[in-house]
Amino acid sequence: MAGAAAVLHGTADHAARFESKAATREPGLVKWGLIALALSFFAFFLLLPLIAVFVEAFRKGWETYFNALVDPDAVSAIKLTLLAAAISVPLNLVFGVAAAWSITKFDFRGKHFLITLIDLPFSVSPVVSGLIYVLVFGAQGWFGPWLSDNDVKVIFAVPGIVLATVFVTFPFVARELIPLMEAQGKEEEEAAVVLGARGWQVFWHVTLPNVKWGLMYGVILCNARAMGEFGAVSVVSGHIRGYTNTMPLHVEILYNEYQFAAAFAVASVLALLAIVTLVIKVWVERQAGKAATVSEDE
Amino acid sequence: MASSTSFRVLPGFGLSLGYTLGYLSLIVLIPLAAVFFKAGSLGFDHFWDAATSPRVLASYRLSFGASLIAAGINAVFGLMLAWVLVRYSFPGKRLVDAQVDLPFALPTAVAGIALTALYAKNGWIGSLLEPLGIKVAFTPLGVLVALVFIGLPFVVRTVQPILEDLDTEYEEAAVSLGANRWQAFRHVVFPTLFPALLTGFALAFARAVGEYGSVIFIAGNIPMVSEITPLMIITRLEQYDYAGATAVAVVMLIFSFLLLLIINGLQAWTAKRTGRAR
Repeated sequence: MAGAAAVLHGTADHAARFESKAATREPGLVKWGLIALALSFFAFFLLLPLIAVFVEAFRKGWETYFNALVDPDAVSAIKLTLLAAAISVPLNLVFGVAAAWSITKFDFRGKHFLITLIDLPFSVSPVVSGLIYVLVFGAQGWFGPWLSDNDVKVIFAVPGIVLATVFVTFPFVARELIPLMEAQGKEEEEAAVVLGARGWQVFWHVTLPNVKWGLMYGVILCNARAMGEFGAVSVVSGHIRGYTNTMPLHVEILYNEYQFAAAFAVASVLALLAIVTLVIKVWVERQAGKAATVSEDE
Repeated sequence: MASSTSFRVLPGFGLSLGYTLGYLSLIVLIPLAAVFFKAGSLGFDHFWDAATSPRVLASYRLSFGASLIAAGINAVFGLMLAWVLVRYSFPGKRLVDAQVDLPFALPTAVAGIALTALYAKNGWIGSLLEPLGIKVAFTPLGVLVALVFIGLPFVVRTVQPILEDLDTEYEEAAVSLGANRWQAFRHVVFPTLFPALLTGFALAFARAVGEYGSVIFIAGNIPMVSEITPLMIITRLEQYDYAGATAVAVVMLIFSFLLLLIINGLQAWTAKRTGRAR
């Protein structure tokens, strides 16, 4: 899974197993030295930036913070971000399920090549992801003249933002489901068909319950990226205030205008979204871990 | 496998594969092809001039150089973090483990302005480095800091599962044969981890080369000094130089595809070495 985010795995604590044996245990000094070093690195690169967002956001007090969020341009940026996510996540969810179904339940030639193609958007720079749509739909692009004749705007308009978001979040759900459904095999589904279940019944009652946690995991990662995408959206947006600005783009504009407190206020909402994403992610991992333990016990 | 017969019990093959291929073509393949068509229409000389102008060459050096160094730093500290998270118990471990994924979840623009605030000369970290004469924000060093941030989870999350799956008996055997702890790590644990570590390194490197949002705020974007390659594409687009932007994009795309092939190979190697499914 080139460039992909983490694949769902259990949360069992392995430390006890290693720490209980002399052969896999380090002297206290080495152990605590390593912990101290790893945690300082963690603090500098992962903890401090997150804290800084909130400290900077409240530097000028609650009022500035609140005003930054109810500003009409901020509100329209929040709406556009929600719209882009509301379109791209369901589209890529349906695609992910279809792709995983065809790849894991049937045998055909070129399967691995197809998986590599699905991965492509992860290995393309966000800026290039935006550029490809400019070359297709922009004024000088393939469909540019036709679009302007028919008075349809894609680039520097909302459809372009949605398209770029769909592209960068394309593989998330498929990438979670394919390994999971591969591991589940197809015996259960085949048994259901033999017992008389029809296509959708097999999917709803047999496949879906088995993969629901992985599916949810893919959806939340997809959503986080959809709401946070910057580079690709930046290329196709044209930065028209109140019209084609998403939240990350609004942060950039405020920051470049030296309205730091306002920029960090909007950024803090996105940071909160990231924290919620991580919390749901841990919860899903725990549920998946429980489900796996139960099915092992059976 | 029993499924190699041509008889299919399950329904929906034509529908799901057809939908997959159609959607993949519309969203990914056809737009990507547009870049190569555009580049093809430039003619080789024009393409070559646009892809190798001095300012663009300087951006390649920075982007690839800083990405390599950042991936190297991530390989060292990512391995250390994964090791600490798997092998030891300490207070707050679950929280640390969860937060390793922050760069995946935090929008890159937010990371960019947060890192800039920290490393600017009046920032929490920048003000400590300033008396030492070290400037981070608005220099190539700032680019490096941002790339370390976004690449870290790739190394931790590829190495961690391999470390968790490792049986204690190999190290016990090494110790019973007289190896000390370091020798056991160096000759028993590390070779098992190595393919995964290299995969994590390559993933972090691939991500870093294309990264835009977290870098542009802290980089300062000084021509010939701290401009990254994705920024060159943006700059040319802003000047309506679509041909020039396309030429740079093609160079980046070819590089991404090569790296994707290498990473696929590395993952196959990891799977073979550790017996884990891909």
